[in-house]
Amino acid sequence: MDIYTDALADGFVLLTSGTVDVWTIVSTSLRVSGLAVAIALVVGLPLGMLLGLKRFIGRTAALIIFNAGMGLPPVFVGLLVAMTLSRRGPLGDLSLLYSQTAMVIAQVIIAVPIVVAISAAAVGAVPRELRWQAAALGAQRWRVGMLTLSEARVGLIAAVAGGFGAIISEVGAVQMVGGNLRGETRVMTTAIVEFTRKGDYGSALALALVLMAIVVAVNIALVSMQTSADKWDRP
Amino acid sequence: MLRSKGAPHLRRAVAFALTASIALSLVGCSQPTTEPSDAEQPAATSEVILASTTSTQDSGLFDVLVPAFEKANPAYKVKVIAVGTGEALKLGENKDADVLLVHAKADEEKFVEAGFGIERADVMYNDFIIVGPEADPAGVKAAADTTAAMTAIAEGKAPFVSRGDDSGTHKKELKLWKASGVETPTPEAQQWYESTGQGMGETLKIASEKAGYTLADRATYLSMKDALDLVIVREGDKGLLNQYGVIVVTDAKNQAGGQAFYDWILTPEAQKVISEFGVAEYGQQLFVPNAGQ
Repeated sequence: MDIYTDALADGFVLLTSGTVDVWTIVSTSLRVSGLAVAIALVVGLPLGMLLGLKRFIGRTAALIIFNAGMGLPPVFVGLLVAMTLSRRGPLGDLSLLYSQTAMVIAQVIIAVPIVVAISAAAVGAVPRELRWQAAALGAQRWRVGMLTLSEARVGLIAAVAGGFGAIISEVGAVQMVGGNLRGETRVMTTAIVEFTRKGDYGSALALALVLMAIVVAVNIALVSMQTSADKWDRP
Repeated sequence: MLRSKGAPHLRRAVAFALTASIALSLVGCSQPTTEPSDAEQPAATSEVILASTTSTQDSGLFDVLVPAFEKANPAYKVKVIAVGTGEALKLGENKDADVLLVHAKADEEKFVEAGFGIERADVMYNDFIIVGPEADPAGVKAAADTTAAMTAIAEGKAPFVSRGDDSGTHKKELKLWKASGVETPTPEAQQWYESTGQGMGETLKIASEKAGYTLADRATYLSMKDALDLVIVREGDKGLLNQYGVIVVTDAKNQAGGQAFYDWILTPEAQKVISEFGVAEYGQQLFVPNAGQ
């Protein structure tokens, strides 16, 4: 066990000593992934509701595509976005490659299928009779929609957790489109890779534990939202 | 057809047969499919782990060096682990590698002095170059010498992208800033200075995208030239020399293999392979062998 504890001790010493700007790295991670999941929700929730509730031609195909999209390799997304944003690519004039903007774009693409697929399943599971009844009692379309969302909130929270969890911990896309530039596009995952490449396993381990702590904290918040949502449904 | 209420036995039989055949084929795949004939038993090869740097790997040198070594020493198979110089030396310390080929002479000598390596020798050198955008906004091409060039870059008219990874190249860059009297730039204090923490290939790509300057080894730059929008703006200065060294790791897992590689790379045959590398493709030598000089 010594190799782990020694490395970890060295790592925490380095991270707290101030030579590495851990705060900037962590805040960049949270800013990029937080913004990306927020945009993914704005784009993905309505899509998920549409997919989950409305019956239309090609619905099954769309469901298959979005579910498959949950397995999109982040490094593949990173490659496509990098090629598109590079100077030699179609959007090269925007000079977006190796910026936080590029990272957010890539992470939105990764998170949207997750949000869509999970929220489609969540709203699809709300009993149709409930919606019919609300409509029969005079509720307008948007009201019925809000009711459905409310009934599906446990699953919708899972969509947020799934989307955020996937992107806060991915390294392939942010490495490719961000470039791990110190003070700008260096996030926890790319910093961990960099520490490892330098032979500094201690700092890599310590930062990985910080990342896990954040993921757990976010999930504690989300799960407690879910369980409090559950409580209301009990008779 | 199998979902019909009748024929539950048929369903079970098919399911069993399917599972059994999948299981058997998986087991079968893990066995060697060919038995060596009695006449020719292949000799057992042992693995030699060579830790080297990303810039050496990116240049493509190992694609000719490793097969040449394995041909001369069929008892060994080389596995190259390309990382930053810092990690390569760390791998040697932990004895996760048998032999090292890096380019940070001062650190290499400290490594041997500390007892982590048995012996160290010069193998070859190449030179660093400063590359940048064709337009050369900082006027590096016209600078009188390296010092003037670094000072010009420090004016910040264009980005400078640093390896920032404690590699041999990074250490060379820091020496150049020091030698020209410029205070070592940081990304936090200087807007024009970027630090990637990655290998030469990635750093060159970033410099190309940002239309900025960077310090690169000639070999990696040449091998990537077509994918980059960068030109050589400075070369040939004495301070831009890059010396490579080979070290045998003390108490390595494959001590004999590590020593074999060390001995081989210093032979005239190996030195010839090094001197010929790149000539056909790029019209110039990428590495200059200098063992024993």
